[in-house]
Amino acid sequence: MRREFIVCDPNKCNGCRICELACSAIKESTHDPMLSRIRNVRMTAIVMMSVSCRLCEKPACVTACPRLALSQEAETHLIKIEKSLCDGCGWCIEACKFGAIALNRDTPRTVEICDLCYDLPQPRCVEFCPKDALTLSSPEQVGQLTRRDTLIDLITELAGVEQL
Amino acid sequence: MSTVSGRVLLVDMTTRATEVQELDPEYFRLYLGGVGLATRLLYEHMPPGADPLGPENVLAFATSPLAASLVPTGSKFAVATKSPLTGFLGDSISSSYWAAALKQAGYEALVIRGRAEKPTYVLIDDDHISFVDAEHLWGKGSYATEEQILADLGDPEVRVASIGPAGEKLVRFACITNDKERQLGRTGPGAVMGSKNLKAIAVRGTKPIRAADLDRLSQLALDMNHKAQGMATAKYRIIGTPTNVLVLNRLGILPTHNFQAGTFAAAEQVSGEYLHEHHWQKTVACAGCPIGCEQVVHVKNGQYEGAGVSLDYEPLFALGPCCGVDDLAAIIKAAALCDTLGMDSISAGVTVAWAMECYERGLLTQEDTDGLELNFGNHQAMVALIERIGRRQGLGDVLAEGCRRAAAQIGGDAERFAMQVKGLEMPGYDPRALKTYALGLAVGTRGGCHNRSAAYEPDIKGEVDRFAADRERGVLAKRQEDFAATLDSAMFCKFLRGCFQDFYAEGAEFYEATTGLALTAEEFKQAGERVSNLKKAFNIREGWTRADDWLPARFLEEPLPEGPSGGAVLTSDELETMIDGYYEARGWTSEGLMTAEKLATLGLEDLLEERRKAV
Repeated sequence: MRREFIVCDPNKCNGCRICELACSAIKESTHDPMLSRIRNVRMTAIVMMSVSCRLCEKPACVTACPRLALSQEAETHLIKIEKSLCDGCGWCIEACKFGAIALNRDTPRTVEICDLCYDLPQPRCVEFCPKDALTLSSPEQVGQLTRRDTLIDLITELAGVEQL
Repeated sequence: MSTVSGRVLLVDMTTRATEVQELDPEYFRLYLGGVGLATRLLYEHMPPGADPLGPENVLAFATSPLAASLVPTGSKFAVATKSPLTGFLGDSISSSYWAAALKQAGYEALVIRGRAEKPTYVLIDDDHISFVDAEHLWGKGSYATEEQILADLGDPEVRVASIGPAGEKLVRFACITNDKERQLGRTGPGAVMGSKNLKAIAVRGTKPIRAADLDRLSQLALDMNHKAQGMATAKYRIIGTPTNVLVLNRLGILPTHNFQAGTFAAAEQVSGEYLHEHHWQKTVACAGCPIGCEQVVHVKNGQYEGAGVSLDYEPLFALGPCCGVDDLAAIIKAAALCDTLGMDSISAGVTVAWAMECYERGLLTQEDTDGLELNFGNHQAMVALIERIGRRQGLGDVLAEGCRRAAAQIGGDAERFAMQVKGLEMPGYDPRALKTYALGLAVGTRGGCHNRSAAYEPDIKGEVDRFAADRERGVLAKRQEDFAATLDSAMFCKFLRGCFQDFYAEGAEFYEATTGLALTAEEFKQAGERVSNLKKAFNIREGWTRADDWLPARFLEEPLPEGPSGGAVLTSDELETMIDGYYEARGWTSEGLMTAEKLATLGLEDLLEERRKAV
């Protein structure tokens, strides 16, 4: 199975943070951005994007966990949390370069990681994003889309036309 | 389960005492939240006749009962205070994360009274309230203040509402800024914060918000998110409200040169379309909003290079056509200055426009302006004056009082063209050619405001003849006001209004799924009428009389000179007739006062009890 994760287009993301509410609603039956597996960051008035688990090839979080509570499922690449082993120490949170891991403050304290809503037709954040900034994509798709966008920019510039 | 905790946090800046009270659950049926709840709390906590800038005045903040949830555009809050500009109700609305944070900290509302000895900010960290020294923040702009507080606390999840230098200096139209670029803009709540030595309110809220029926709410929200991408919001999403410039210019109601004309020769150059093409950077959204209407624009080159702001129609009109300024870069610069200094750009622009007219008529001289050639269209003079207002320097000190007080100070004819209602500077529509709107402006509880009734809607949409006036306009103005009051209290964004088929029914459905409070469409609608009456009751307690419901002489004496609305004027008789019709539609006396029966019908009997006690 190919590796897919939630990709956010920062040009489309407008910082509404509906993805955080949609995620905490479906996963925790509540509205709480801190429990969301996807988090939005607004750096300036125009720089903003959402981040969630990238399903890394060599996940640092799994390596970092001292209690062997985290593992990566071979087929889906999803990070699995063995809740009985996790004590919420937070090493994985520090290890993740994307800040994509949430700490669940409810007892018992455990971490929470995006599972792409594998049991739903599509991830809830993708479904709720009003600007289609979020997509479920593979690294290959992201690469191809980026190449396509770059080419469009280039051709537009060369042709001196505003739209193709 | 419900999203409504019912808790209000009371803070006394003088004694540093804090207290949490449980509100009567019935309040959330009667007043909903937002403006309704804030006004109710102001009414209860502020002693009648309080000095707006004295310690006895109260800042009553209230969140939407829908805040921090999936309800589209629901993350809003309101403040109610006695306005230092009008002496009547000053209610203002803002959006975004601060509202959600206060809600997640466990409070529906926050009531602040008293005055701190020295600059202080209040930190609400869920259940822990602290008073933090703010000497190092004093003098900083709103943006810098927020950055500094986040750095001091080391937590980017803290949300800040603060004042800038204008609030500190008690500029009567100072605003409160939250989340760096949203404002509680009108009627001067920032000056009230300044008078309390309260630089900022920082909030960290970490409590989850549980909806009564999350499945239903999620479905309703998802549907609305889709609708919000349709035609009903296209105007806001694509060009944003600045698209009004050309529309209003075509109708001949774009206030130009301090409302001396209704068309602007350089309208194209300051249009939303031009802005989008030459200055646009990104369109962004408030928290929880599926529309996204904020047009972030900047100046790429020239003398104002680097200036950036989120620009809407109202600041654009006030700092543009109203001042005769045809340079968008200067308008962006001036609007950005207003934001940094922390003051209402509508009041600032219209007050500068008034000063320009004074200058051209010889009521102000170059000596008064410290050398500024204050002619219409001189954008450098405008930008310089905005800065001086925010810092109360030179003529800016006079203008910081708002155009009504400034005119009284200048004397002579100056009052005749101070474009304000009840002391609040007018927004950007000419009432001579929008008669229902003229009525809405005259009777509005917060003065010269387009948002609390949006009574231009029946005029512009062609529901009525916009040039004609009659008694029946009273019914329309009431309808518009009550609709706005329900929107502002449940707190849906007005820009979402076109996405509802039947707002009262659908709004009540959202309200029930979220709060668990079942209101019929009729009850939801009546809450709006109740809130409208409550606002008026506050003003009556503060000494309102029928004479306060009036418009500037210019509209009654000078016809619009040219353009598609050329010749339009509003006569005193027309205005009297419409006001009579409005009081009648409201069920008030011919003097605009409320009868015991009317108050009882609305469940506001206790206001009457209080009045009896006072007598």
